[in-house]
Amino acid sequence: MRENWLWSWITTVDHKRIGILYLIGGGFFFAVAGLEALLIRIQLMFPDNSFIVGDTFNQLFTMHGTTMLFLVALPILFGFMNFVVPLQIGARDVAFPFLNNLGFWLYISGGLLLNLSWLFGGAPDAGWTNYATLALNDYSPGPGVNYYVLGLQIAGLGTLMSAINFITTIVNMRAPGMSYLRLPMFTWTTFVTSALIMFAFPPLTAGLFMMMFDRIFGANFFTTTGGGNVTVWQHIFWIFGHPEVYILILPAFGVFSDVISTFSRKRLFGYHSMVFAVVLIGFLGFMVWLHHMFTVGLGPVANSIFAISTMAIAVPTGIKIFNWLFTMWGGRIRFTTAMLYAAGFIVSFVMGGVTGVMLGVVPADLQFHDTYFVVAHFHYVIIGGTVFGIMTGFYYWWPKMFGTVLNEKLGKWNFWLFFFGFHLTFFPQHFLGLNGMPRRVYTFEANKGLETGNLVSTIGTFLMTIALLILLYNVAKSIRKGEPASGDPWDGRSLEWAVSSPPPAYNFAQTPRVRGLDAWWLEKVQGDGKLKPAEPLGPIHMPSPSYLPFIMAVGFFISGFGFVFHSWQVGALGLVVVFVTMYIRSFEEDHGFHIQPDELKPQGVES
Amino acid sequence: MRIEEQTGTVVGGLPAEPEKATLEGKNKIVGFWLFLAAESTLFATEMGAYVALKGSHLNGPPSQELFQLPMVALSTLILLVSSLTSVLGVMSMHTGDARKMLTWFGLTVLLGAAFLGLETYEFMEYVHEGHTLTGSAFASSFYLLLGTHGAHVLFGVLWILGLVIQGAKKGITVHTAPKFYLASLYWHFIDVVWIFIFTVVYLMGMI
Ligand code: HEM
Ligand SMILES: [Cu+2]
Repeated sequence: MRENWLWSWITTVDHKRIGILYLIGGGFFFAVAGLEALLIRIQLMFPDNSFIVGDTFNQLFTMHGTTMLFLVALPILFGFMNFVVPLQIGARDVAFPFLNNLGFWLYISGGLLLNLSWLFGGAPDAGWTNYATLALNDYSPGPGVNYYVLGLQIAGLGTLMSAINFITTIVNMRAPGMSYLRLPMFTWTTFVTSALIMFAFPPLTAGLFMMMFDRIFGANFFTTTGGGNVTVWQHIFWIFGHPEVYILILPAFGVFSDVISTFSRKRLFGYHSMVFAVVLIGFLGFMVWLHHMFTVGLGPVANSIFAISTMAIAVPTGIKIFNWLFTMWGGRIRFTTAMLYAAGFIVSFVMGGVTGVMLGVVPADLQFHDTYFVVAHFHYVIIGGTVFGIMTGFYYWWPKMFGTVLNEKLGKWNFWLFFFGFHLTFFPQHFLGLNGMPRRVYTFEANKGLETGNLVSTIGTFLMTIALLILLYNVAKSIRKGEPASGDPWDGRSLEWAVSSPPPAYNFAQTPRVRGLDAWWLEKVQGDGKLKPAEPLGPIHMPSPSYLPFIMAVGFFISGFGFVFHSWQVGALGLVVVFVTMYIRSFEEDHGFHIQPDELKPQGVES
Repeated sequence: MRIEEQTGTVVGGLPAEPEKATLEGKNKIVGFWLFLAAESTLFATEMGAYVALKGSHLNGPPSQELFQLPMVALSTLILLVSSLTSVLGVMSMHTGDARKMLTWFGLTVLLGAAFLGLETYEFMEYVHEGHTLTGSAFASSFYLLLGTHGAHVLFGVLWILGLVIQGAKKGITVHTAPKFYLASLYWHFIDVVWIFIFTVVYLMGMI
C-alpha cells in the first residue's frame, strides 16, 4: 500500500530509518547548496563579470554557507550517528526514539523555512555569521534575515534534542562489557560532539532570540542608537561558531579512525591517546572563539591569550594525525574508495591545519582576515575534513545501510575527480587572498593578478560537480541492481558488522556480551566468529511509531512563518499547535509492542 | 528471595524509587539533566548579555530607580516555597501516597501562578515608568532574561497541572513517577535560575 509506505517513513521511530532520512534530507540540501556554489563560482570565473551581482550574490553566498553548515554537514553526520552508534554499542535502539523522530522533522521544518525565503521575500544576505548592523533592519530590510533567524532556531532545537539523545544512549544503553574505553572511535566522537552541541547551541539560541527581537519587535540589543552593542553578537556567535567547526570535524575524525583501522587490518594505533585527544579538542574548542575577532580591536592581551590557546589545538590534532599514520604503517592496506578518501583527508586536512595556525598569528591575521585566504582555510578543513569524512562514511556504511555494495570502479572515479577538483578549487584561493582579493565581493578587476586563480578555481568546481554526479549515478545503480552485501563485507572490527545488512528492526536478537576493544574482530580471531549473548532469547520490546512529532514540526513551521512576516498571531497559533500536541503526547498511553522470539530472523555472521 | 524483597525496597507493590525502576525512567532522568545543562548555558548567555548592556538605559530609568525590592523579595519567597512543596511531592511519591503527592504538586502550581501574577504586575508598573522592550538595550536585555525565565515558569505551571490531572487518573506507576520526578527537577532548576537573577539583576542592580 503506497500511502502506508510513506506514512510509515513519516512516523518511524527506528533509529536506522531515521538515519536514512537524515541522509536523504542532507543530500537534498547538498544539491541546493552545491548549485548555489556553482553560481557563485561562475560569477567569479572572469573579471568584471555581471552574471549575478549585488544583493542576489549576497543572498547566494549567505545561503550557500548557512545551508552547507547547518543543513548538510551536520545532518548527514547525524544520519551516520543514528544508524551506526546504537549498533556499535550493542543497543537495540536510541534512548528516546520519539524525540529522535521529532529532531529530524524539526530539522526539515527549519531547513524548508530557510529555503522558502528564495520564493517569498528574498533570502538572507548578511553572511552565515549574520553580523549585526548588516543583519539589522536598516541594512537588510525585507524578511530575508528573519528566515535565517527562525529557520536556524527551529533546526537548532532539533539538533539539541539529537545531541541529548546520543549522550543518553551512550551513557545508559551500552551492552554488557562495553566499557567507555572499548567504545569504537566513531561512538566516542559522537559522544564528545554531542557534548559540544549541548553547550554551543544554547548560546546560538539566545543570540538568535536577540536578533529576532531586534528585527521583529524593535528591541535594541545591537542597534547602536538604542544603546545596543554589535560586538555582543560577535561574541555570542563565535562562542557558538568556533565549537561548531569542531562539532563538524570530530565525527569525521571518528569515521576515519574506524575506516583506517579496518582497511589497514590493524587495531587503531594509540587508541587511548586518540580518546584523550578528542576530549581535549572538545574542551579547547570552547577556549578560542576570539580568534575570529582579532580585528575587532579587543586589545593585545586578549588577542595574545586567544592566539596561544588557538595554536594549542594543533597539538591534539597532531597526535591524531600521527596515530592514523602509525595505524597504516605496516598494515595490510586495502585501497577501497573509503580508504582512499581517508588517505586523501590526511593530506588535505594537514594543509588546512597549517593555514589555521597561520591565521592564529595575530599580526598575520590582520592581513588575512576577510580575504580569500580565510575562504581557502576553512574549505580545506571543512571539505578536506568533514566532507571527505562524509564520503568515507558513505562508501563504508552504504552496504550496512542498504544491503548492496557501491561500485568500486565508479567510486574511484568519484574519488579522484573530487580530490583533484577540490585542490584545484581551493589551493589557488590562498594566493588570491594573499594578492588582496576580499571575500564576499562579487567581482574583481582585470590586470590585478587575480584572473588565473579565479578561472582555475571555477574549473575545479566543475570537476567536483562531475564527481558528485558520478556518485549519484553509483547510488542509483546500486539501488537498482547492486551486488548484495553480506553482513560483514569489509571484514570489519566493530559490532555493526556482526548483524545482517541491512540489520533487522531490533538490531540484535540477543544483547551481545562485549569482551574487548574491537569487539567483533575479537570474536572472529579469538572466538568462533559469533557474538556471545548476554541474555536468553526472549520477547523484544519495540516503541510504536507516532505521527505527533510531525505535527509538532508543522506547528513550529507555521509559527516560524508567522514571525517572519511580523504576524505574532500566526506565530502564536503555531506554538499552540505545538503545545497541544505535547499535551496529547503526555497523556498518551502507549507502551509499544513486543516482537516474539519465533518472529526473530536467525542472526549470524552471514545473513 | 528477590533482591528487592531482601533489602526491603519494595513499598506497596511499587519499587521504592519508581522513577528509576525502568530503563525508560533512567533514560529520562539522564536526558533531563543534560537538558538542564543546556538550559543553564542559555540563561548564562542571556545573563551575560544583560550584564554587558545594563548600563545602556539611555533616557529610561536606570535599574536603581526602577526596581522595587520588597515585591521582588516576595516573589522570591513564593518561588522558594514552591520548590519546597515539589520536594514534599516527590517524598510522598516515594512513600506511595498519591493523594498527598497530588496535593503538594497542586500547591506548587498555585504558587507558580502567584509568582507569574506578581511578575506581570511588576512589568506593567515598569512599562508605566517608561521601561519598555524597545526603550533601550538595558530594557531589551532585561525583558529577554526575565521573560525567558517567566516563560519557563509558565511552561512549568502548565506542565505540572497536566501531570496532576494525569496522576489523579493513573496514580503512581513506573510510567507516571519519572514524570513527576522530572517536573520537580525542572522546578528546582527554575528556582536556582531565579536566585541568580535575583542576585545579578535585582541586588546588584540596586548598587
Ligand atoms: C589547527 C586547527 C585550526 C586553527 C588553528 C584555526 C584557526 C582559524 C582562525 C584564526 C580563523 C579566523 C580567520 C579570520 O577570519 O581572520 C579561522 C576561521 C575559520 N575556521 Fe579555522 N582553524 C583550525 C581548524 C578548523 C577546523 C577543523 C574547521 C572546521 C571543520 C575550521 C573552520 C573555520 C571556519 C569555517 C572559519 C571561517 C569563519 C568565518 O569567518 O566565516 N577551522 N580558523
Ligand atoms: Cu575558530
